Amino acid sequence: MKSRIFPLIATIVVFILLYMIGWQRFPAFGTTRVVLNILTDKSFLGVAAVGMTFVILSGGIDLSVGSIIAFTSIFCALLIKDVGVHPLGAFAIALALGAAFGGAMGAIIHYLKIPPFIVTLAGMFLARGCAFLLSEASVPIEHPFYSDISGMYYVFEDKGRLTFVATLFVIVLLVGLIIAHFTRFGRNVYALGGDKNSALLLGVPIARTTIGVYMLSSVLATLAGIIYSLYTRSGYPLATVGLELDAITAVVIGGTLLTGGVGYMAGTLVGVLILGVIQTYINFDGGLNSWWTKIVIGALLFVFIALQKVLSSGRPVFKLPSLKR
Amino acid sequence: MTTSTQPILQTRDLSISFGSVDALVSVDFNLRAGEIHALLGENGAGKSTLIKLVTGVYAKDSGQILLDGKEINPRNPREAQLLGISPVYQEINLIPTLSVAENIYLGSQPMRFGLVNTAAMNKQAEALLNRYNIDIDVNRTLSSYSVAIQQLVAIARGVDMSAKVLILDEPTASLDRHEVETLFNVMRQLKADGVGIILITHFLDQVYEISDRITVLRNGFKVGEYNTDELPRVKLISEMLGHELTQTLGKQATSETAKPKNQEAYIRVDGLGRKGYLEPIDLTVNEGEIVGLAGLLGSGRTETALLIFGIEGHDQGTIYVDGQAVHLRSPSQAIQEGFALCPEDRKTEGIVGELTVRENVILALQAKRGWFDFIPIKRQQELADEMIEALHIATPDAEKPAGQLSGGNQQKLILARWLASEPKFLILDEPTRGIDVGAHAEIINIIKRLSNDGMSLLVISSELAEVVDYSDRVIVLRDHKKVAELKGDEVTENRIMQVIAEEPNV
Ligand SMILES: Nc1ncnc2c1ncn2[C@@H]1O[C@H](COP(=O)(O)OP(=O)(O)OP(=O)(O)O)[C@@H](O)[C@H]1O
Ligand SMILES: [Mg+2]
Repeated sequence: MKSRIFPLIATIVVFILLYMIGWQRFPAFGTTRVVLNILTDKSFLGVAAVGMTFVILSGGIDLSVGSIIAFTSIFCALLIKDVGVHPLGAFAIALALGAAFGGAMGAIIHYLKIPPFIVTLAGMFLARGCAFLLSEASVPIEHPFYSDISGMYYVFEDKGRLTFVATLFVIVLLVGLIIAHFTRFGRNVYALGGDKNSALLLGVPIARTTIGVYMLSSVLATLAGIIYSLYTRSGYPLATVGLELDAITAVVIGGTLLTGGVGYMAGTLVGVLILGVIQTYINFDGGLNSWWTKIVIGALLFVFIALQKVLSSGRPVFKLPSLKR
Repeated sequence: MTTSTQPILQTRDLSISFGSVDALVSVDFNLRAGEIHALLGENGAGKSTLIKLVTGVYAKDSGQILLDGKEINPRNPREAQLLGISPVYQEINLIPTLSVAENIYLGSQPMRFGLVNTAAMNKQAEALLNRYNIDIDVNRTLSSYSVAIQQLVAIARGVDMSAKVLILDEPTASLDRHEVETLFNVMRQLKADGVGIILITHFLDQVYEISDRITVLRNGFKVGEYNTDELPRVKLISEMLGHELTQTLGKQATSETAKPKNQEAYIRVDGLGRKGYLEPIDLTVNEGEIVGLAGLLGSGRTETALLIFGIEGHDQGTIYVDGQAVHLRSPSQAIQEGFALCPEDRKTEGIVGELTVRENVILALQAKRGWFDFIPIKRQQELADEMIEALHIATPDAEKPAGQLSGGNQQKLILARWLASEPKFLILDEPTRGIDVGAHAEIINIIKRLSNDGMSLLVISSELAEVVDYSDRVIVLRDHKKVAELKGDEVTENRIMQVIAEEPNV
């Protein structure tokens, strides 16, 4: 078996196990409601996690996504409410802004050779600060377009609801999967994370790829911000504090190595679902304090990182090739 | 031979320096279309630097690079590749975490509907590697294969992409005769197609076998440009070294008799093996004896070394040191027993590029003494200077980061590290790979001197002339199994070749 795929399989097994445990206690796990609810509830986290997957695969990190979501939500709210821009126009402006922001971070990381941790940390404070500059309080959005969107969903027989935002998340994930695995850009991202120096010597366009990765992450964070605003129908400068850490957690639990170069986009979906299942279980239980979510996720993350360590420090198995002579 | 005289790649007055080191000074280099041009010189002469300038890894200080008569200024390897210059660098530069096929076609993947066509890519990769007689699962990660396979993959990639110029920086370092032959056939084919090929190597036999012309560099200067068939070997060597080669290969009978022979074996390996990795092997090394390990690539030589040194676990057999059974489960235990292993893959297993030469030299010794028994800086400096002197490591001083040394000098540095740890039993895996003629003789002398001083050595080498020269006994491996042990008069190149070539009698 290819050892690269092992973490992904481990993740899927853990997900199924957790789900079974949930199902055993709460029969509702047997309906589509639980999964669809998780998809809706985690839609903005999931979209941000797709971007984070690219960043981590490239060997980097992006701490700015939570702040970008908050900024986007308040930015759109104000454009729609105070300036009177149509929501679609507001979204377009926000996405362009997000692309520029991410591109700038990527350029600083590449050309000034400053570690991504520092650059995106600065980006995090900057975006959060700007969000507060726009408004210190939550801004509700009342626009017919928003009501239309929340009215768009498909109901399954057992009352599970496939909402617009959940669908959007799934589409983003699929597109992310195709980009990661089947485009030259995606393969360059893997190469960059695998060995940056060799990638350069092999002719991988390092500048373009690095800038592209952070641009993609910020654009997806902005999209996550738009989803957040559609989902909560408001903009809030204090929204999604620390969401980047949840996104990183989902990516790592999904089997992507923090050191870069190894991982699967599909794993990120499973990672997000696992976070959702744990939360749902603890919500259903009622008796358990919601902080248990954090504790379980912490333990799980620890187990997965330990697993990765074992796998990556394991010496390459010298499978001896047969030389035809 | 109908080599055209039309230059395809030229440099004019090309210069670059790194700090105080002038790596290249005003070098004029001329590569013609359809020729194989050997670029030769000692370790640190500037060969790899010239390649890196031409392919845009480094930016030149002054001078010109011309392709087809037009000046080019590639800013990175990618731009050079787009111009038709395809390099295979000295250290294997591939992505360990990607599959073999992806490494070959990174940046030029076959596409369908705008997406990478993985199935077609794997098929192409298989077909391509078949030309080199390699039959492997191209879908597995590169890191799961041996250094030799990785090197062949790098070469296959470089050859596949070469449009006008192919550059091979020590491509044959970890290849055996068969693979070298296959590579040469591919090179001849490319040459017939009009590709200009630059070959950097320290194997002079190969230079005379395949090259049309030779350019020699010394200390960053171009010494001359010659037709291969007009330059006798002795002349070539003196051009490279700047003086005659004093110590040549050859039996140094002087000390042979001084060795204490026929006594209880110092190291005795009894049926050591692991299922699916290495068949149980027996071998002994006496005090002050040199035992050679010969065999084709993939015959289990490196595996034997790794098992003995405890890097790989064994599931049967015992190792005796001085008659005492020892249980080695890790390299650190082996080091405590006085073992040392100088590995073949210096990039991943050897040099710590960020540390200085001095720090690299004392690494093994410090590890052996434990990190609390700190070696005084003054002693460290002495040791480092001693080693730089003894092995002629080309570096301005011991405080230079090891990553900035030339490839061959890094190889010497690894040897220095293990010598500094004062082992009783030293295992050397391809100690002369990538080392220039002068230093080559030097290292062989050192090996002999060490054994005279009472050290036991197990030496793996693909260069039979060298194995025959210093070995007291030679163990031949084939298909992960010991097939013969030659001693005394049997230790000749012919005999070893015979044993290696014999069909396994099943
Ligand atoms: N990046 C660097 N920084 C500092 N010095 C360097 C760097 N690269 C090369 N040098 C120095 O330039 C000189 C030439 O090195 P180069 O690698 O070109 O030698 P080489 O001819 O390829 O030798 P070898 O046969 O050992 O591979 C050496 O003295 C080396 O230390
Ligand atoms: Mg070199």
